[in-house]
Amino acid sequence: MYNFPDERGHFGEFGGRYVAETLMPALIELEAAYREALDDPQFHRDFSYYLKEYVGRPSPLYFAERLTTKLGGAKIYLKREDLNHTGAHKINNTVGQALLARRMGKKKVIAETGAGQHGVATATVAALFDLECEVFMGTEDIRRQSLNVFRMKLLGAKVNPVTSGTNTLKDAMNEALRHWVTHVRDTFYVIGTVAGPHPYPQLVRDFQAVIGEETKQQIRAAEGRLPDVALACIGGGSNAMGMFYPFIKDQAVRLIGVEAAGLGVDTGKHAASIGAGAVGVLHGNKTFLLQDADGQINHAHSISAGLDYPGVGPEHAWLHECGRAEYVSITDQEALDAFQLLTRLEGIIPALESAHAIAHLMKLAPTLDRDAIIVVCLSGRGDKDIHTVADAMNFEL
Amino acid sequence: MSRIATTFNELRARGETALIPFVTAGDPCLAMTGELIHVLVEAGADLIEIGVPFSDPMADGPTIQAASERALAAGTTLPKILAMVRTAREHTNVPIILMGYYNPIFRYGGECFVKDAVAAGVDALLLVDLPPEEAAELQPHMRAAGLELITLLAPTTPPERRLKLASRAEGFIYYVSMTGVTGAQAVDAAAIATEVQEIKASCATPVAVGFGITTPAEAAAVGAFADAVVVGSALVKIIAAGGDTAAVTKQVADFIRGLKSALLV
Repeated sequence: MYNFPDERGHFGEFGGRYVAETLMPALIELEAAYREALDDPQFHRDFSYYLKEYVGRPSPLYFAERLTTKLGGAKIYLKREDLNHTGAHKINNTVGQALLARRMGKKKVIAETGAGQHGVATATVAALFDLECEVFMGTEDIRRQSLNVFRMKLLGAKVNPVTSGTNTLKDAMNEALRHWVTHVRDTFYVIGTVAGPHPYPQLVRDFQAVIGEETKQQIRAAEGRLPDVALACIGGGSNAMGMFYPFIKDQAVRLIGVEAAGLGVDTGKHAASIGAGAVGVLHGNKTFLLQDADGQINHAHSISAGLDYPGVGPEHAWLHECGRAEYVSITDQEALDAFQLLTRLEGIIPALESAHAIAHLMKLAPTLDRDAIIVVCLSGRGDKDIHTVADAMNFEL
Repeated sequence: MSRIATTFNELRARGETALIPFVTAGDPCLAMTGELIHVLVEAGADLIEIGVPFSDPMADGPTIQAASERALAAGTTLPKILAMVRTAREHTNVPIILMGYYNPIFRYGGECFVKDAVAAGVDALLLVDLPPEEAAELQPHMRAAGLELITLLAPTTPPERRLKLASRAEGFIYYVSMTGVTGAQAVDAAAIATEVQEIKASCATPVAVGFGITTPAEAAAVGAFADAVVVGSALVKIIAAGGDTAAVTKQVADFIRGLKSALLV
């Protein structure tokens, strides 16, 4: 029986609540509010309503016939989170957290963002529910994702550039935590992934679990059975956790998470926290982290801003430790190749994050029988990455 | 009796409020930190907090963030900090508290670190991101070795939790004077007096107040009801301004003397 996290927010030795005392009461309050919401049928009705009418769920589970034929192995289904409103899975979680913020009477929300997808998704629900919104984003990511920065501004959010550390997602999260510690009494922190202090890993997972739940129903309808493999990319790991969670007790379904190997795991320029990290404590939870021998956090690297984070959600650390899920990694170049392949074969331009999952699919599918089934979480669309890809292909826009 | 308890008992007997300066270890270098410990004690420091630099100091404002970056760039590590403390300990009995984030200690190995820290002469740890709920993995080793874990209380801590944590506190209680990061804004002494007095009334453990205390006047205002005042960012700024060692140590000594004499009035 899989029953994690425990009441203290632990997944085995991982997870927990490693934060400053100033924030502890806010987390205890959030946990209580979340538990109340779970017991309230109206909360579930509201969540389902907005997912259906606003986000556009259920997202299709699309049989990628040309890709299947090309790879010559397992049948491939794509879970089209890229078709959600705002273009990625991130909105599932922000709708849930905004509804929670509203229940708790908080009028201000803050968020950290890497690729900008979570920032856009937060700014979107802030507009929808009339909440004041501030987003923290590293200057390096602002440069890489200028389109999303402008979208957030159009949506009425204030985007705060973060210049500390590596100017990416990790530093944006530090700054969001600093802001939260200062304004904790009236501000709700909308964390974008299955990381951070308890109860965030749990509630983000629960809000994203709609991905796996729909997939399960859809694949049963299409094939009359569960898939052999569920595949998803991992930065913090929210789309993967959302896909994996409903399948955890279905032991026959292989769960595979794809981390970013950047320039290669042996170059030191990567974001493979499970593959090449060590256990540590950062941003409120214990998990696998990229760090040096002295416990200082190392810089992550990935061509994809959404995977450019030196940690991973604690439940993934646990699924790795107990052997329920497998974790592999894909380089920048492999992701770029997959990005182009999917675009040309299926007419679907994936986010660079999701392209990592496609790249592993390209390795895995040909090794499996033709009657095997793989479902891949296509977590987002690639419009935001056009500049990055053009740069990488030496194409002048 | 621990060095911390002895120090507070002596101060209490003299009717004095303790002054606890904070400096980041290795800013700008560990030799300087070692020298500063003696300068601080000479000038009137009663206990000393040594900041252990961390790459991601989530509870710190820009001043201490920058100090951590300088210290890490200078190659500061936990083993080197312990070696510095061991050397300083040969010449002083001042209680030394290491303050920082949990990951460097976790990475070092909690049990091993506790042993080495005690051997070096460290008296207590103050770990910003290790709340009591997560301390079970470290605290038994600390208790066994006689290393104290300082309890933090914040203005957001609800009364019931405050009582519970205060009743279990060791060494002293660190009351965070505001919701915010270190050095962000000036302390509002009047606003926190009642709460600090309530904490003091609920337990025998001394209560120190930190965050936002910069001037002798602020120190005196807080010292009127707290058992100790912590001064961090203001001191780190003097060190950051640089100059030759003699000039910096003189400014640091003057600053500490000013604070201490304000506390004695």
